[in-house]
This record gives sequence, structure tokens and C-alpha cells, in this order.
Amino acid sequence: MDRTNHPSSWLKPTPRGLYVEPGDFYIDPAVAVDRAVITHGHSDHARPGHEHVLATRETLAIMRLRLGAQAGRQQQALGYGEAIDIKGVKLMLAPAGHVLGSAQAVLQWQGFRAVVSGDYKRRRDPTCAAFAVQHCDVFVTEATFGLPIFHHPDDKAEIARLLQSVVLFPDRAHLVGVYALGKAQRVIMLLRETGYDVPIYLHGGLTAMCELYRDLGLALGDLRAVAAAAKAELAGQIVLAPPSARDEPWARRLPDPVNAAASGWFAVKLRARQRGLELPLVISDHADWDELNATLDEVAAPEVWVTHGREEALIHAAGQRGIRARALSLLGYEEDAP
Amino acid sequence: MKSFAALLERLIFTPGRNAKLAHLQAYFRATSDPDRGWALAALTGSLNIAAIKPAAIRALAESRSDAVLFGWSLDFVGDLAETVALIWPRHRAATAAPPSLSEVVERARLAARSEAPMLLADWLDRLDATSRWALIKLFTGELRVGVSQRLVKMALAAFGDVAIDEVEEVWPGVAPPYAGLFGWLERGAARPAVDHLASFRPLMLAQALEEADAARLKPEDFCAEWKWDGIRVQLLGGMGQTRIISRGGDEIGASFPELAELAGLRAVLDGELLIRLGEVHGSFNELQQRLNRKTVSAAQIKARPAFVRLYDILFDDDEDLRGQPFVQRRERLEEWYRRRVLGTPMIERFDLSALLRFDSWQELAKARALAESVGAEGLMLKRRDGPYVAGRPKGLWFKWKRAPDTVDAVLLYAQRGHGKRSSYYSDFTFGCWREEADGRAELVPVGKAYFGFTDEELRELDRWVRSHTIERFGPVRRLEPALVLEIAYEGLRRSPRHKSGIALRFPRIARIRWDKPAAEADRLEALLSRIRD
Repeated sequence: MDRTNHPSSWLKPTPRGLYVEPGDFYIDPAVAVDRAVITHGHSDHARPGHEHVLATRETLAIMRLRLGAQAGRQQQALGYGEAIDIKGVKLMLAPAGHVLGSAQAVLQWQGFRAVVSGDYKRRRDPTCAAFAVQHCDVFVTEATFGLPIFHHPDDKAEIARLLQSVVLFPDRAHLVGVYALGKAQRVIMLLRETGYDVPIYLHGGLTAMCELYRDLGLALGDLRAVAAAAKAELAGQIVLAPPSARDEPWARRLPDPVNAAASGWFAVKLRARQRGLELPLVISDHADWDELNATLDEVAAPEVWVTHGREEALIHAAGQRGIRARALSLLGYEEDAP
Repeated sequence: MKSFAALLERLIFTPGRNAKLAHLQAYFRATSDPDRGWALAALTGSLNIAAIKPAAIRALAESRSDAVLFGWSLDFVGDLAETVALIWPRHRAATAAPPSLSEVVERARLAARSEAPMLLADWLDRLDATSRWALIKLFTGELRVGVSQRLVKMALAAFGDVAIDEVEEVWPGVAPPYAGLFGWLERGAARPAVDHLASFRPLMLAQALEEADAARLKPEDFCAEWKWDGIRVQLLGGMGQTRIISRGGDEIGASFPELAELAGLRAVLDGELLIRLGEVHGSFNELQQRLNRKTVSAAQIKARPAFVRLYDILFDDDEDLRGQPFVQRRERLEEWYRRRVLGTPMIERFDLSALLRFDSWQELAKARALAESVGAEGLMLKRRDGPYVAGRPKGLWFKWKRAPDTVDAVLLYAQRGHGKRSSYYSDFTFGCWREEADGRAELVPVGKAYFGFTDEELRELDRWVRSHTIERFGPVRRLEPALVLEIAYEGLRRSPRHKSGIALRFPRIARIRWDKPAAEADRLEALLSRIRD
């Protein structure tokens, strides 16, 4: 095959991030750059201070909320499925299913197609659009849960375990540690879908993001501030907070809390124990092992680049199926540690 | 299998006792026989199935997965059973229903050792990840889910709305899968029969004597004994060997074979296990050399032979004496001792705790002052007409300890607590002054305390810790050496493992000395001089 215009000649890992040379822009750069395409609003992907930012409307709103004046001097929204030309590179955004607004960057240049997935998952998530498979020549994937031990359980079953515990301990609050962006709203929506329509209580650190999701059209139901509730009122209730809040004096306003938290890492019991959790819930916003592998098969890219996570195992498994896979060392992405 | 696995999973993550009880009760309520009976057997260590060695389980998993990926996964998870449970491939074609706990246990009990891996593989194919994890735990022996046998029995008692003592009573007479036990607890069927000489009876405990009590109590209503500084044991002596049960219900016979091998006691006895050193008994430190050993050499027994100083009898053969007044039980104990011990080699292994004569509390107070010189922690007062009642009944037995020793130490480090206390700094490391070679005084840690304070004091300490931090390492904070704590403790011993060279027994915070400057806290030499070797 003629590799003259193959993506390996124009899509380049650099210390500042993944650089699209002919278009002169970066995807999720680790430092402030002139022109950035942002896949989603998590802070290790959406960094402050870019001159020009292109992302979905939702991701731009999330960035403005989190970064204020640092969210990018010029902001350009691009809807899912819309294409734009940047110096001859055709760019399209496709849903990634990770959090609200999350997108894969689909790049086309000189007859080759490369897809940068950002973070993604394949399960249904009531808070965001489902991952859309894009055929391509090179697929750039994450591998956060890239080991065959990760088979995320059904999220409905995990929510059922939370609700059973609430019934068993009517005098205790259930404190669920969740990330402010994505996990919090997904847990709320999953609860609402079971018919749980009583108030859900929030730590102040989650309020603004939930308000934004509401403004963007999500029906999160009756949400109340823990700060405004009497201690007794919180018995038998579900309280959501950032994971670190349980170790702060803030947690003392909760009656004998059951410490819960939602993360894919808690499939490994030692991880949950290290966090001192009483009720670990295995709910993840990333693809599990089977889903990572199935995605590689579906996008049918002869070549796969693995950005962050446990890349060696995924490369090994892809290699066994005849897919050319290699690690792409990019700085700055967190492992989404629990 | 699924609900049993869910129970185990909740238990390993649950630190609180009450919460564990709630999980166990909910399981017993929601599960039918014989599943819950097999679960009970597994939780209390009464299940006998062919164990599978970890190496065999690993081989099984490696035959189903890529060896490279398995190795990386094991490195990541760190635990073989869990790795196998997680990595086991899902059989998309498998249509067989998941096995119930009963199916697993009943089949495994009949299985030959060589059959076990094949059976295990078949079940692993049919179960979800959490159930696979529980299944592997079952097959590899100990569950280690942080529940004692006693706690499970408490859950049974609450489930059946009977007293815990009743569950303890019937326990030796029931066996897996415990249909009779659950029938009695749930539906009021006949209570299972009991072998008296084989069942541990929860101990009768004493209240601490307060000044106000002493004024109210009449000396003539009480007997007095020394409160010995050993460990409390209950001896279950049938026709054969003797079982030695510690206060918490653990069997400790393996550590004391010279007692366990005694046969034909035919009684349930209460006493203090001590070490004999010539004519007197050894200190608690001597006894500690013998505790928690799985095997004991003849030399160790010779150097520190154990004996039991008896002070009560609960059963004499089949006769239940617990309802009788203390003085009558005491007579029966002395009579049993004459009949079974005097004139036999058992005289080496038993003596009787002497009753002290006294006419007034003043007289007894003088005796109490001598407690240390006879190797006692203080005095025990037992009401003459009191029956033997499990637990800590009011007004029957009192312990009148000598005042605890205290030391004024400086707070050095604080660590966040666990569970309910996870937002508080509640584990405190304290130290005393020591003069260094260069003449400077330095604080050396001498111990750690995490109780003794009220909730209000805990809040004050927590606030103080947060505002006097010098350095943080994870959950630990190093503090300005500025706050003096009065630490009470029960004993001191030399300990080469500690930098200070000493270890305190049972340290707790007696008072927070907000008033005292750190420079005036005690010196290490003062503590060292208190050790009696």
C-alpha cells in the first residue's frame, strides 16, 4: 500500500499533544495552543488557555462553566455529523458515548481517514448520545480498562444494589462518591429510571454541573443541597458528592453514612478497599475489555494507536487478530484513578 | 449462589458491626433452607469440602485464557482468586442455569479430591463474576470476610428473636445445614437438644466498682478474690480431652497442649490461665510468650508451664449449676476439685483462687493496695447469692482495680480514623522526652491511643490537629509538639521492636492537659524505671 499520505505522516504525537499537521491544530492538547479540537470536557482533555477551541456545543458550555475566561478566546461549535474544512483537512465529530458532548474526532486528508476516539464507552447512557462506529484507516483509542479482568456489570444491577442498601439501612445516609461531570448525572438518571423520584441530595461541588445538564435538556428531577438539609432529613437518603468529600469535615453533617462510590475500578476489590468503601458500585464511563476489542473489530481499521491506560494488553490482543497496534505515548492524560 | 456471593461481598466491605448484623439477618430472612444453612456453615467454619490448592485453580484459569494476559492481570489485581473470578471467560453459549449454593456444597462434599477441578470449572462457566469469586473462596478454605462465629450467632439470635445465650446453648447440638436450628428460630419448632459439656457458655463479666457503689454495698453480701493478671478461660471437659476457650470464644487449646490433653474433667469450669514460675505465677509478659502459637515445643512448656486458677463451675457432669448462688457453686467447685484433682497429676495444672476474708471495705482497701505485690490487677467482688449470668449483669460482680498508671506524653502524630470516624483525626501517637548524646532533649514515640476521649473531646482534638499540622503524609499528620495528653495504661514491658524500647499495654487518653506545657511532659527514663523485670 502506498503510505505516502497515510495518517502516520500527518497525525503526530508531540509533547504538546496529538498534532494534525496539514490542518495545524491539536486534539486535546496538554498545554495551551493556538488551535485546539476538544473531544470532551474532563479536565485532562479540556485544558485552559487555548486561543481557538472547536468542540460540540455541550463541551463548549462545560468548558465555559469550568474554565470561565480561560475556556478559549474564540469558540466554535460543531454538531455531531457536521463536517468542516480546516486547511484541507476534513473534520467531523461523532458521538463517543462517554459524557454529555463527548465526541470522536474524525479526520480525513488525501483519501485517508483517522479517528481519534477520546474517551468512550459502548453501553447505553441516558445522559449522552451513543457511540457511533466510524470506519477508518487508523483508529486512535483509549485503553483505560484494557485488561481481560474488566467486564463491567449491568449498571441497572449496580443501582439495584444501592437501592437495596437504602432499604436495609433506613437510618443512614448513602454517600455516593462521583465525578462532577458525567458520573453524577448518569447515576441520577439511572436512579430516576427505576422510578426513584424522591429528592437526591448534592454536595455543593456538583450543583453547577447538574444545573448545566438541566439547561441542556436533561430531566434530573428533584435535586437538593445537602447544605440546606437538617441532619435527620438525610437519613435513608441518597447523597452525591465528589469522591474526596467523605474525608472532609463536610461529611459530618450526614447521619452515619454508608460510603459508596461509582467507578469501573471497583471491579477489583482491593481498589475499593484501599478507598475504604462500604458499598463500591461498578459503574464506568469507559469501554470494558470486550467492548474495546469489539470496537477495534467494528471500526475495521488495519492500524490502531493506543493512547492511555493499559495499552500493552490491548496491543497484544489486537496483534493476535492481525491488527497492527502500537502505543502512542501522549503526556498529560490521567488514568481516571479512583 | 448469587445471594450468598452478594452477602460475602457486602460483608468484606462493611466495617460496622451493626451493619454486618443487618446484612446477615437480611440474608437469613430472604434465603430458604438448605441454602442459608450451608451459608451458615461456611461463615462459621463448619463446612467440610475438598479443598483445591491455589496452583490448581491457577492452572484451570490459564487453560481458559491467554497466558500473557493472565500474567498481566494477576500483576494488576494482586490476588489469584479474584483474578480467576474476573478473567474467567463468559460462555455465550452456556445455557445451564447457575448452580445454587446447596447444589455446589452437596456435590462438593461427595466429590473426590481429583474430581474437584472439573466440578469447579463447570460451575465457573455457569456463574457471574461475584459468584465465581465466592465459589473460589469456598473451595480454597477460609472465607475471611471479617465475621467471627460469635457475630454470626448474634445475627441468628436477632433473626429468631431469642437471646444470644440460647443460640450458644444449642450450637454444639446442631450441624449443617441446620434445618432444625432454623426451624426453631423461624417457626418455633422444638429447640435442638444440647450436649452440656461441649458447649461454650458466654462468660459472666464484672462491672467496674465506682466510689458510689462502695458506699451502697454491704460487705457481708460479697465474697472477694484477687483479680489475676492472666487470661480468662472457660474449660470444656468431657470424657476425653479438654477444650480451652478464650473470653472471645476462640479455641486456644493448641497453644496450651499441657492443659488440652487433660482428660475426663467432666465439668465446665471458669478460671484464669497463668504461667507457673516456681512457687508463684509469672507476669502477663511471661504469659504472652505462650499466646498465639500454633505449635509449642516441650522446652517452651517446661520453661513456662501453664495452669488454670479456678474460680467457678458452670456444669458438673450433666448438672447445670448456673442458677445456684455463688457460695454454693464455690462449694461445688471445691468438692469437684477434691474429687477430680487432688491426689492426681492434675494438681500441677489447677489450683483454686483463694477467697479473701474481710469485715469492712476499709480492710479490703488495704488488701487492694497489696495487689501488685501478689501479682494481681486488683480485687473481684462477687455477690454471695448471685447466679452465673452471661454478659455483664448489674450488681453481681465488681472489679476493683488498682488505679491505672499514667504518663504525661506529648501528641506527635494523628491519623484519620475509619468508618464513622473517617472524617476525624482519632488515632494519636504520643511520645516522651529523651536526652540525646548531644545533650538535646528529643521526643520519642512511646505508643498510640484511639480511645478514652468523649465525642466532644474528639471534636476538640480534631480541630487542634487540623490547626497544628507541620507535615502531611497520606492520612497521617505530623503535629507541633505542643499538646500534652495524660495516658493511662495497664502495664509496661520492654520491647526491642520500638524505638523507645518500651511498649504500653492498653493505652488510652485519660485527660487532655490543655494546661500543661510540652516541656513538662514525662521523660522516657521515668517510664523505664517503672518496669519490673
